[in-house]
Amino acid sequence: MTTTEPPAPVPAEPGPPVAKADAPAPRPAQAPAKERSGGVLNVFSHGMLVLWAFMVVLPLLWAVMTSFKSDRAIFSSPWALPDRLHFENWARAWTDANMSDYFLNTVLVVGCSLVGTLVLGSMAAYVLARFDFPGNRLIYYLFIGGMSFPIMLALVPLFYVVNNMGLLNTIHGLILVYIAYSLPFTVFFLTAFFRTLPNSIAEAAFVDGASHSRTFFQIMLPMAKPGLISVGIFNFLGQWNQYMLPTVLNTDPDKRVLTQGLVQLAVSQGYKGDWSGLFAGLVMAMLPVLAAYIVFQRQVVQGLTAGALK
Amino acid sequence: MQHGKYRFIVGFLALPLGLYALFVVWPFIQSIYYSFTDWTGLSPEFKMVGLDNYRRMLDDEIFWKSLQHSLMFAVVLPLVTLSLALFFAFMINVGGRRRRGGPVVSGVRGSSFYKIVYFFPQVLSIAIVALLFAFAYNPDSGAINSLLRGVGLGSLQPLWLGDPNLALWCVMAVLVWSTVGFFVVLFSAGMASIPTDLYEAALLDGAGRATTFFRITLPLLWDTVQSGWVYMGILALGAESFAVVQIMTTGPGGPDYSTTVLVLYVYQKAFRDGQAAYATTIGVALLVVTLAFAAVVMRLGRRERLEY
Repeated sequence: MTTTEPPAPVPAEPGPPVAKADAPAPRPAQAPAKERSGGVLNVFSHGMLVLWAFMVVLPLLWAVMTSFKSDRAIFSSPWALPDRLHFENWARAWTDANMSDYFLNTVLVVGCSLVGTLVLGSMAAYVLARFDFPGNRLIYYLFIGGMSFPIMLALVPLFYVVNNMGLLNTIHGLILVYIAYSLPFTVFFLTAFFRTLPNSIAEAAFVDGASHSRTFFQIMLPMAKPGLISVGIFNFLGQWNQYMLPTVLNTDPDKRVLTQGLVQLAVSQGYKGDWSGLFAGLVMAMLPVLAAYIVFQRQVVQGLTAGALK
Repeated sequence: MQHGKYRFIVGFLALPLGLYALFVVWPFIQSIYYSFTDWTGLSPEFKMVGLDNYRRMLDDEIFWKSLQHSLMFAVVLPLVTLSLALFFAFMINVGGRRRRGGPVVSGVRGSSFYKIVYFFPQVLSIAIVALLFAFAYNPDSGAINSLLRGVGLGSLQPLWLGDPNLALWCVMAVLVWSTVGFFVVLFSAGMASIPTDLYEAALLDGAGRATTFFRITLPLLWDTVQSGWVYMGILALGAESFAVVQIMTTGPGGPDYSTTVLVLYVYQKAFRDGQAAYATTIGVALLVVTLAFAAVVMRLGRRERLEY
């Protein structure tokens, strides 16, 4: 816990003199001393905050910069700015290095998995949250249990289950597995959410003659939209960034997803020594999520922290 | 509400539960069963061998090495990550200059900017982060060593991932880098719900920032910190550590199993060496370690719950 220990206060005033400006009147002797030590701490804390911000941004900027450099420049002067913007790196990565295919595969897999996860997850959560039937608790805890055990343990038999069903190295096999592994958290989150929705509207719809499923799809689901968005973002990021499942279940080079494809390229001798192309691919895979995060920043943070806070 | 209720329940539960049972629960049960066999994974034939795999595991030097590394991941990583995150979150939310007439508790200037930037690594795939840092650590042309040369520390050119004594720390540093931001945001949310009159009272009593942190913020945030520790530990034992270790150190680095963690060892035994049964045995050990870890943290962290 040494990092949380602030340094001893030193009597100095390095901060901008804002605090003083509006307080010219003399005050009790104790107050200015405290304010001064606050100034030093502020400098220290600002220093740490700025340093960490640099440490986060610098590797990302370095990657973007490198993706525009020639191979020779990458090796000779890694931190120099590119002599000119080598856009051909990006073009090469997109076509020759199959980034376009990986991208398409990822969009397809994640798109279908996300819809499937939300539909199936909300169906299960709705039933578990709002209907009383024998086994309700058991099924609920069965789902929840999946959040805490190491996926790796199940991965070996899973490989053979998927293999026996003829789903190995297929996109739809990957989608089904993604959905299954996203269900624990989704059910957990949405069950809590459906419990908070008022009963009266659903009952009114039922009295009006709507069936259970109609009530669900036309009334409850639209009401659950905020919850669906949060859990949807959580699942989107998780599935988009998934690496372990495709690595094991999807070894067909044509069906690789982004993360897997990039790692394969890097492993196979730096994509035939084409480091700049590799960096272009890396940045290509990073930018969409970063851009999405900056745009939907609030929802992303809500979606991601909602899970851990519960 | 009784009409067609059970048909509806079955109809809505069948598909999700079926998928979940087939792809998650069933393999999970199977793996425990397989750990008592000599199954290679390559052929469908196998026979029961009782506790042989477990005996072999106890004699397996690499198993103990990876267990040691995994435990390091579960203890050191959360400690460093959560300490950093607590410090940052405190500064961002509470550590601001106390202006006269302003709110009693405020963050430093630019706090929302920090919150946004710190979260960047969290949205990136851990696989992509691992790749990026594998390049940065490259001893000859990587960003880190050339930065050292640039600031006049050219004599200092560690091999990073190629040095068996450094490799594990390099890998852990990457996980810290990628997760601190998440906990900053998480703790910020927790700190926002601490009533300000507590801070006001502390301020009136003349408490400094350190006192405020250790006497007010940390105790009131304890539950969040504790669940954060469990969450981080499970990540560090499982999926996240697999990606970083496999991507960063199976090629150039991690010589002499110096970075192998349990989860990677499971993968290698199962999919590289064709020893599926033995792999699941190590997997069971990983499960036991994970559960024990969570239990210990919950136990050690138990404190009187503070109501506010």
